[in-house]
Amino acid sequence: MNEESLFASGHTACAGCGATIALRLLLAAAGKNTIVCQVTGCMEVVSTGYPNTAWKVPYIHVAFENAAAVASGVDAALKAKGEREGKNIIALGGDGGTYDIGLQALSGMLERGHDVLYVCYDNEAYMNTGIQRSSATPYGASTTTSPPGKFSIGEDTPKKPLAEIVAAHRPSYVATASVGYYQDFQTKVKKALSKKGPSFILVYTPCPTGWRTPSEKTMEIAKLAVDTGYLILWEMENGDRNTLKVTKMPPKPRKPVEEYLKIQGRFRHLMNKPEELKKIQELVDAECKRYGIE
Amino acid sequence: MKITIGATVTEAGSSVRNKTGGWRNMRPVTDLAKCKRCGICIIVCPDAVISMKTREEGPKTDYDYCKGCGICANECPFKAIEMQQEER
Amino acid sequence: MAMKMVLRGNMATAYAAKLARVEVIPAYPITPSTLFPEKISEFVANGELKCQFIKCESEHSAMSACIGASATGARVATATSSQGLALMHEVVFIAAGLRLPIVMAIGNRALSAPINIWCDHQDTIAERDSGWLQFYAEKNQETLDLMLMAFKICEDHRVLLPGMVGMDAFVLTHTMECVDIPEQEEVDRFLPPYKPVYKLDVNNPMTFGAFSSPDNYMEFRYAVHMAMESAVKVIDEVFEEFEKKFGRNYQRVVPFMVEDAEVILVTIGSMTGTAREAVRLLRSKGKKVGLLKITTLRPFPKDLLKKYLKDAKVVVVLERNISLGFGGAVYPEIAAVFANAARRPKIYDFIIGLGGRDIVVEDIVKVYEIAMDALKAKKAEMVEWIGVRKDEIEVIK
Ligand code: SF4
Ligand code: SF4
Repeated sequence: MNEESLFASGHTACAGCGATIALRLLLAAAGKNTIVCQVTGCMEVVSTGYPNTAWKVPYIHVAFENAAAVASGVDAALKAKGEREGKNIIALGGDGGTYDIGLQALSGMLERGHDVLYVCYDNEAYMNTGIQRSSATPYGASTTTSPPGKFSIGEDTPKKPLAEIVAAHRPSYVATASVGYYQDFQTKVKKALSKKGPSFILVYTPCPTGWRTPSEKTMEIAKLAVDTGYLILWEMENGDRNTLKVTKMPPKPRKPVEEYLKIQGRFRHLMNKPEELKKIQELVDAECKRYGIE
Repeated sequence: MKITIGATVTEAGSSVRNKTGGWRNMRPVTDLAKCKRCGICIIVCPDAVISMKTREEGPKTDYDYCKGCGICANECPFKAIEMQQEER
Repeated sequence: MAMKMVLRGNMATAYAAKLARVEVIPAYPITPSTLFPEKISEFVANGELKCQFIKCESEHSAMSACIGASATGARVATATSSQGLALMHEVVFIAAGLRLPIVMAIGNRALSAPINIWCDHQDTIAERDSGWLQFYAEKNQETLDLMLMAFKICEDHRVLLPGMVGMDAFVLTHTMECVDIPEQEEVDRFLPPYKPVYKLDVNNPMTFGAFSSPDNYMEFRYAVHMAMESAVKVIDEVFEEFEKKFGRNYQRVVPFMVEDAEVILVTIGSMTGTAREAVRLLRSKGKKVGLLKITTLRPFPKDLLKKYLKDAKVVVVLERNISLGFGGAVYPEIAAVFANAARRPKIYDFIIGLGGRDIVVEDIVKVYEIAMDALKAKKAEMVEWIGVRKDEIEVIK
C-alpha cells in the first residue's frame, strides 16, 4: 500500500468512490500539519469505524451541520494557546452537510474570518442515507426522493450556486474544482491554505453508487463534467470580484452535455426526452455564458 | 477491545486492519513493460494501494486492499494496467 | 484580600470564567443569559481576560465551537438559556459522549410555546439525560462558586464530563447581590490549568468522534455512566477543598431542620429561600417540617436523599418543571430511591412557579396543608399543580 497517503487503506468506501480520491489529494496537498473537522456523512462513516481510523492527521467529527463551527473552535483554541502558526485547519463536508444543513454554520465561520479552509465534496445527493436529493442535486437527476414518474422528470429545480453564495461573503479564497482535474484541485488547496482568513473549495466528486456509473469511470466523468461546461472551474481571491477567473477552459468546441449525462444511470430516464436534454443543454450554455465560456 | 475515553482512536491510520481486498471481483494487473512510471495510478487510486519504491521496481499494487474499482486501468495513459477476472 | 462586589448572577458567572482563566468562550446571546457574553466581551475589550471570544451565529454553533476548542485542549465555557439550550440539544449530548469538560452557565427559563422569558427549570431538566453534571444555584454567590468548582470537577480525569450551572432566570440572573470575588492567586492554586488526556495534536494524530457499532456503543455509554458515578466522590472532595480554601460550605444536598422533621420539602434553586421562610413559619406553629435543597441533580444524589428522607412521613417535591403526561421530573427519581425500601415516606409532587410565576411563602404553606390532607386521606400518589386557574382553560368536548 501507499504508506505516504495521509488517508490510509482499509477504509470502507465503495469501490471507485470519488470523494475518497478528493480526500487523498486534499491531504497530500495540505500535508501532515493539518487538523480535519468533518461533518457526518459517507466519508466519516467509512473512515472512522471504532476502533480504527483511516486518518493520519488529527481528526474530529461532531455532527452533521457543524464542521465549520467546530473548526472555528479549533482555530480559537490554537490561537488562545499561541499554537496557531504552521498548522492548517480544514473543515470538510459533503453537499448535504454544506449546501443544506450546514450552510448557516459555514456562513458564520466565513463572516467571522476564521483561518479555516472549508472543503465541500459534492456528490450531488445525500448518499450516506441512501441517495436522497439535496439542494446540490442537479435538474433532472433521479434520486430516491426525486424519482422520475408520470408527473416527474426527476429533480425539478436546478443546483444551488453554493460557491457563489460563499463568494458573496468575500472570503480570502474561493474556488470550484473537480477531482478529475486533480492538479488544478491541489493547486487550489495550496493557494487557499497559503492565505490568512477563511477559504472555501467546492470539489466535485462522482459517486458510482448514487449516480449508477461504472466504478472505473469516476475520474473520466469528473473530467467530462468540466469538458462539457456542466461544471465550471473558477477561483476568486481576496474577496475581490475582479480576480474571478476560470481556471480550466473546456475544449473548443465544448462537448455536448448529453455525453456527460448518458453514462450515468441517474439521468437514464431523460435519454428519450429530447426536450429535457435541450433544456439541460440550455441551462449549461447560460451558465457558461455568465463565466465567459464559449 | 479497549474502550477509550470518548471513543478516541489513538492509533492513526489503523484502518489498515481492514483487508478490503476481499471485495474485489476484478484484479488490476500492471504490465511493467508498457508502464512509463508516470505515477498517475498512484495518485488516482481511491484506496491508496499502489506504491512505487524505485523506478526499476515500478508501481506495485497491494492486493490486500485493492477493491478492483478499475480507475487505475482507466486512467493509465499508456494502457499498462489490465483488469482481469478475479479467480477464487 | 478577596473583593466584594454587587453583581447580577450572570455577571458572577462571567467573573468565575475570568478567574478560571477560560481560554475560549463561544457564545450566542439569549435572554436572560446575555449579560454573560456582554461581560466577557467587556473583559476581553479591556484586556482583563485573555481569551478567544467567538461571536457565534447560533447556540448550536456555539456549543459546536466549544467542542472543537475543548478537543484542542483549551478550557472552555459558554452560557445559554431555554430555547438556546434546546437548540443545542444535539451537541450537548455529543460534548458528554466525547468526554469534554465544557462548563456552561444556564439562566433557567421556561420553554416555548407559548414563548416566555421567565424562570422555570424545564430547559435543563430536558437535558438531564445528556451526561452533563447539573448544579443549581440558590444565590449569586453560589453561581460564581459552583461555576469555579465545576471546572475542577469536570476536568478531573476521574470525571471528564461537561457540567452546567443553573441559575433562575431574573431571580438570580438579573438581581443584584453582594458577591465575594476570590483572589486570582487563590483561584490559581485551587484550579490548575486543564490537562486533557487526549487532544487534537498534529504531533500525535488521533481521531475524535469515531463511528461506533452495536458491538461497542453500550460500553461507551457505560463509561459515561461510570464517570458520573465517580463524579460523586470528586464533587465531595472539591466541595471540601473549596470550603477549606474559601470558607464557603457546599453539599450535593443541603439539609435544613430535617433532624426531627416528619414532613420534608425538596427544592431546587432560588425557591429554596422562600421555602426556608415557610419552614420557619410552620416550625413556629409547632409543625415538624424540614427542607432539602438539591444542588447537584446529576449525578443524582440518591445516597444523601435516602439518608435525609428515610425517616420522614411525607416528602413534598416542589418542581419548576413538568413532564407533560406524567408529573414533575424529580418526583419519580426520589420515589425510585425508596422503591424497594421496607419503610418509606409518602412522596407527593407539586408543580409550581412555571414560566416565572411567583412562589411566595403562602404557596408553600398551602402545599404543606394539601400534603397533610393527602396523608390523612392515605393518598397513594399525588401530582398537584399549585395556583393554576383550571376553570379558565378552553376545553373542546
Ligand atoms: S483497481 Fe481501484 S483500488 Fe485497485 S489499485 Fe486500481 S484504482 Fe486502486
Ligand atoms: S499510470 Fe500506468 S504508466 Fe503511469 S505509473 Fe501507473 S501503470 Fe505506469
